[in-house]
Amino acid sequence: MISASKSSHRDSSAKALRNTSFWFAAVALLCLSMADLDISTPNPWGELGLMAAGALSPTVWSWPTLLTSLANTFSFALQGIALASVVGFLMALGYRFTLVRAFCAFIRSIHELFWALLFIQIAGLSSLTGLLAIAIPYAGTLAKIYGELFEEVDPSAITNLPNHSHSHSHKGSLSRSLSRFCYTVLPLAWRSMATYTSYRFECAIRSSAILGFVGLPTIGFHLETMLSEGNYSEAAALFYALLLLIATLRFWLQKRLLPLYLIGAFYYLPPQAQTSWQLVKRFISEDIVPAPLRGQANLNAEGLGAFGQWFNQLWQHQIWPGLINTMLLGQIVLVFTGLLALLLFPLNSPLFFRGWRGFGDAILILLRTLPEYLLAFLGLLIFGPSMVPAILALGIHNGAIIGHLVGRHTDELTLRADVGTGLNLYFYEVLPRIYRQFLAFLFYRWEVILRETAILGILGIATLGFYIDSAFEEFRFDRALILILASAMLNIGVDNFARWLRQRLHLKSMPESL
Amino acid sequence: MSSPLFEFTNQRLTYEGRLVLDNLSLRIYPGERVALIGGSGSGKSTLLKALREQCPDQIAWCPQQPGLVPMLSTFHNIYMGALHRHSVFYNLANLIKPLPAAKRAVSEIAQAIELQHQLYSSVDRLSGGQQQRTSIGRALIQERPVFLGDEPVSGIDEYQSEVLLNLIFQRHSTVVLALHDVAQALRVCSRVIGLKDGAIILDAPSAELEASDLADIYGISDSSLNPSRQ
Repeated sequence: MISASKSSHRDSSAKALRNTSFWFAAVALLCLSMADLDISTPNPWGELGLMAAGALSPTVWSWPTLLTSLANTFSFALQGIALASVVGFLMALGYRFTLVRAFCAFIRSIHELFWALLFIQIAGLSSLTGLLAIAIPYAGTLAKIYGELFEEVDPSAITNLPNHSHSHSHKGSLSRSLSRFCYTVLPLAWRSMATYTSYRFECAIRSSAILGFVGLPTIGFHLETMLSEGNYSEAAALFYALLLLIATLRFWLQKRLLPLYLIGAFYYLPPQAQTSWQLVKRFISEDIVPAPLRGQANLNAEGLGAFGQWFNQLWQHQIWPGLINTMLLGQIVLVFTGLLALLLFPLNSPLFFRGWRGFGDAILILLRTLPEYLLAFLGLLIFGPSMVPAILALGIHNGAIIGHLVGRHTDELTLRADVGTGLNLYFYEVLPRIYRQFLAFLFYRWEVILRETAILGILGIATLGFYIDSAFEEFRFDRALILILASAMLNIGVDNFARWLRQRLHLKSMPESL
Repeated sequence: MSSPLFEFTNQRLTYEGRLVLDNLSLRIYPGERVALIGGSGSGKSTLLKALREQCPDQIAWCPQQPGLVPMLSTFHNIYMGALHRHSVFYNLANLIKPLPAAKRAVSEIAQAIELQHQLYSSVDRLSGGQQQRTSIGRALIQERPVFLGDEPVSGIDEYQSEVLLNLIFQRHSTVVLALHDVAQALRVCSRVIGLKDGAIILDAPSAELEASDLADIYGISDSSLNPSRQ
């Protein structure tokens, strides 16, 4: 690679970036030609008009319901993130072990809605289900971020301390490395950890709200009901309440009050469930065991043959089409997200919107705050079931997130005094400088986009989530589990590919809020 | 004569895969005060690192990149050098609230390096020279017989730096320092080793040397191209 570019006359450091971008866009166009983009509703504009009318006339139909569902949403999120940060921190301490890494990758590759669907079978629509559904995947994510932050800390702080390289041979070396860790790595990483965790808390509130769509008592539950029945004014009130909750967090969720809120959350909504070991045992030893293997003490050839047939059926009719659709949609969304991010980032850049930047960034943060699942649900009501709502919803949500980050990154650019303005500035000065960072953010986000793509299947788009949701509805938990594992494998595969790509393109970045 | 503390025979030393010192033969005996001099990139830091690896348990280490933890106090940054002498519980408790014994030990050193008034400021609030003192303090508290320092006083004025060097000599039986101030090296050290182009080109007791003898180390080729270095 190096020698090839050296001998070439057009030796450009941007070549690899250009080529990669080209191929991603080309594949996305190909996917677009195969995607289901039908708009099946007779009058999408009419529906949109009704929604807009509703959005302008929010109506609270029941204050107690609104307030309790908001409190539930907040409690699940806070409890979930608290548990996740403790567990994630412990796992991050062992993040250099491949096994720990793999475990974290696995638990975060399963979306919180899928975790919720699993736990509902064991623990019902209980507060325990809500807590675990959020805490488990978030623990995997936080472990990854904390672990990477620990690795990125300036190593000289720790190598300069006595006995560093020879600690392994000493007795009590574990407690010694713990001491060193707490004096160097932890304080160095602390601020980033706190920033990232608080950003993740905002995500957890969205997740918590969305859990209502599968039946938990959060705000999403009432949102789904109201939207499905076309009560857009009532839905708008719920929606604004959620936005208000997220937007005002920074004012009332202060660090020193955190213990108080945490105690309050556990007191208000103690994690509990009406379940029995019998139920759990049955779920694990029977329900999720592939049907042909159930009740067989020993594996025999006949059983294996039946399992092979069963799996083959599942593969042909559900896993494969689900995988293909998920990847197809994921690819389109990824490129659409990228385009939107490039379009939107000037809103949060001092180079373009000097005076209006606060306003521009507020738009991006608002778009980021809209839960993608909810956006897709709205899109579905407007356009009918196809890939269009999913592309729009995921693109807008993720494009705003990356646009916000790229815009903030332009803060660090120092341009000469006589640069052009407008499009000249954008294409000649800014875009080339931020492109590498932009790609880093986008590839970092890829895994999340794919996870979300799979989950939107629950709304009726034929990605893996569609088959998973159907399997749960038919009480075929064995199928559901295999399908969930398939989506987990896909996410892990894409995550590894993205990491490889980032390394190959020398995109070193660890954004704190992705 | 006693056995050498550090010994290299025909050794190759590399830094990040790049050969820095070739065919190195060198002995340093207990009780010596050695100055390493040479232009930047001549291999002083690489040599110091190699010395540290020979007997890490006896070394008080004061590197050029101090690697301080900016958000922690001077107290904690100095105490860090003594982590290995205490249990993890003691260390953690001391991280949350400085403990009396640790306070006494650190204050004594802070007095000596004149940081007693900055003891509870975070080190990102200190000046460059004060940060360098903190790094020296972290090496002093290690209470090891051999001090290895890479330009430990480079940003500190001449009078102050000599005070600090004397403190280092008082508390360590053997000292090896990379220094860029040639006159100072001759004044305070008993032996001077000059490095250039990947080799030792000078190794003599400082009593036998004049500052002009050392001009060649920063020779025509090197320092005239880079006159602004000092």
